Amino acid sequence: MPKFSFAGGVHPNEGKDLSKDKPITDLKAGKIMVYPLSQHIGAPAKALVAKGDRVLRGQKIAEAGGFVSAPIYSAVSGFVKVIEPRRVVTGDMVESIIIENDGMDVEVNYQPIGDWNMASGEEILKAIQEAGIVGMGGAGFPTHIKLSPKEPEEITYVIANCAECEPYLTSDYRRMLEEPEKLIGGLKIVLRLFENAHGIIAIEDNKPDCIALLKKMTREDKRITVKGLQTKYPQGAERMLIQATTGRKINSTMLPADVGCVVDNTDTLVSIYNAVVEGKPLMERIVTVTGDAIKDPRNFKVPIGMSYQEILDAAGGFVTKPEKIICGGPMMGFAMFGLDVPSTKTSTALLAFIHDEVAHSETSACIKCGRCVEVCPGRIMPNRLAACADHFDSEAFVALGGMECCECGCCSYICPAKRPLTQSIKSMRKIELANRRKK
Amino acid sequence: MAEEVLEKNNTTEKEVQGKKVNQELPIPYQVSSNPHVRSKSTTGSIMLMVIIALLPAAGFGIYNFGLKALLLIAVTICFAVGTEALCNIVRKQKQTVSDLSAIVTGLLLALNLPVNLPWWMAAIGAVFAILVVKMLFGGIGQNFMNPALGGRCFLLIAFPLQMTNFITDAYTGATPLAALKSGEAVKVTDMILGKTSGTIGETSMIAILIGACFLLITGIIDLKVPASYILSFALFVLVFGGHGWDPAYLAAQLAGGGLMLGAFFMATDYATRPITKWGQIVYGIFLGVMTGIFRLFGPSAEGVSYAIIIGNLLVPLIEKATAPIPFGYTRASFKAQKKGGKK
Repeated sequence: MPKFSFAGGVHPNEGKDLSKDKPITDLKAGKIMVYPLSQHIGAPAKALVAKGDRVLRGQKIAEAGGFVSAPIYSAVSGFVKVIEPRRVVTGDMVESIIIENDGMDVEVNYQPIGDWNMASGEEILKAIQEAGIVGMGGAGFPTHIKLSPKEPEEITYVIANCAECEPYLTSDYRRMLEEPEKLIGGLKIVLRLFENAHGIIAIEDNKPDCIALLKKMTREDKRITVKGLQTKYPQGAERMLIQATTGRKINSTMLPADVGCVVDNTDTLVSIYNAVVEGKPLMERIVTVTGDAIKDPRNFKVPIGMSYQEILDAAGGFVTKPEKIICGGPMMGFAMFGLDVPSTKTSTALLAFIHDEVAHSETSACIKCGRCVEVCPGRIMPNRLAACADHFDSEAFVALGGMECCECGCCSYICPAKRPLTQSIKSMRKIELANRRKK
Repeated sequence: MAEEVLEKNNTTEKEVQGKKVNQELPIPYQVSSNPHVRSKSTTGSIMLMVIIALLPAAGFGIYNFGLKALLLIAVTICFAVGTEALCNIVRKQKQTVSDLSAIVTGLLLALNLPVNLPWWMAAIGAVFAILVVKMLFGGIGQNFMNPALGGRCFLLIAFPLQMTNFITDAYTGATPLAALKSGEAVKVTDMILGKTSGTIGETSMIAILIGACFLLITGIIDLKVPASYILSFALFVLVFGGHGWDPAYLAAQLAGGGLMLGAFFMATDYATRPITKWGQIVYGIFLGVMTGIFRLFGPSAEGVSYAIIIGNLLVPLIEKATAPIPFGYTRASFKAQKKGGKK
């Protein structure tokens, strides 16, 4: 088997053993569910309910606030308690619908579109858009937009991003093992939209059981290939993944569709399957709860809107008080201020570390070892860019390709002087983007 | 800047879109930007590896030249570390001696000195290397020239007689490279083993290569600089050496003088070699050619130190010319993007 990969990258401690053999368990929704109206990239959703309204499980409680936006559904039945700003994972306050769960789980009648093989492309797209599906790997870009490029006939590859290159996360792994037919079904539905496309299921080779299983299940299917990728972070980054699987390269100013590719994450494809085949909107997702501070690391199917505290309690709580809690993986996740925040469509994991390596490592001078340049998958020079950023020299920053940074964190990870390279570059990118918007 | 931002996030509460100013927001957890994990290697651990890798060469030097060699090594290390510590104290900077880089500089300098050198000259060399070449330019990583080589070249110019006196009780002849230059026969096997005269650490090719292999295996250095350096030098000697295809002559040129020590331990110095992949290869080739010119056409049989120092000066230019093209661009499209300034 040829190794599909990219140049650069790092090999952090995988940590997947903690939760990889724990089957997905359903979590019962808590008493209070919180639905921030902005769980995706684009315009916030607009609330359709008011204080005191009765809502059902699967009911649309907020509609898309524009084309680049997505509706939101309630995962419980109950009453709208209030609509007010609530703190979310990033620490911001976001207008949210708060629903008091009545525990009866009264569901709406789902309306599947029937045999999707017979349905038209528009019908399928409509179902996906209506279901509120967004990129569930973390970015949260509305999926229906990804799936409606200008020239659908130009799309030659649909790539299922099952790399799961982030250390510790096992949610995609469990999904692939437990519901492979849904993943393949979701991919087939997307392939239905692009007649000239070939499907690729891209999996890192640290999951040989998934590769074998999916290969076996797609053996008859001429339109789908399973590709084993070299295990290396950030193999699942969109640009790296496209290059590893197809050899095509895009830069930060291009979209995958520019080189005829569409990339969707494991959970997103499963949600597409649920939406089209079962008519179910996006109400739940898989969350890995893991880290050395978690008593019983697990993979949960979580009703979206549940608070992190409740998810943590289901995993037995903390062994001891952690120094750091992270929403997402250790390389790209957000450090959290507290646990009293809701899970959203993009919550991939809750990670708790007893010991925070970052807080305890002391930054020293750059020794120009060049490791950051070596590992940077974007082929830029993080040490030079960070120096530009620290001097607010935006001209040199842009000239050196600073805007090409995908913020994967490899440079900060590898730096022997423990310099916060990614952080400096990230802040400078934000400043530069804000300045451009002003113009 | 980034550190300040981090600190701010940790200690002060955030104002949120002007909507609702937060009440007290005690943050019981560490909050910082991604990534949240770090690799194990540190500046100190890298320097320790280099020190370990230099031990075979140093050990052989002591075996070959006696305890006087050990004395010189001790003197240069003590003065190098002392100078760095003093600099930091005087300039009220954070103490940096624990990163072990001053020990590397001191050790490397000693390995580049003849065993007969008076100890106080070695001390002056160490002080020059650390004070002038390293600390005055901003300390570790900021020096534009390899400190140990800077120190050595300073001593060569200041004390030329003592620095080129290689005669000891055991070795009364010229260094093999000087003998080679004047057309005398040399024993290549002795040169590879190291039983010849020369500076303390340069004589044994085997001892140096053992250390170099250790650095290569542990990933501290890679082959780009040393390989392009040695290969281009070999090619230069073959073409311009006037000996045609003469394996014995070529082997003597490769094993003699400071080439191996320079190629694996000094040309690969992080701060003073290009960080770009192609830059390292260009730099290596440049060093090979310069060493060839100095050795074959210059008045001295040696050439490695000066070649590397001149190479060091070109590093910023080489880096600029060999900057990598960002992922997803061609050289032309990246240029166009820069000019167009589009998003």
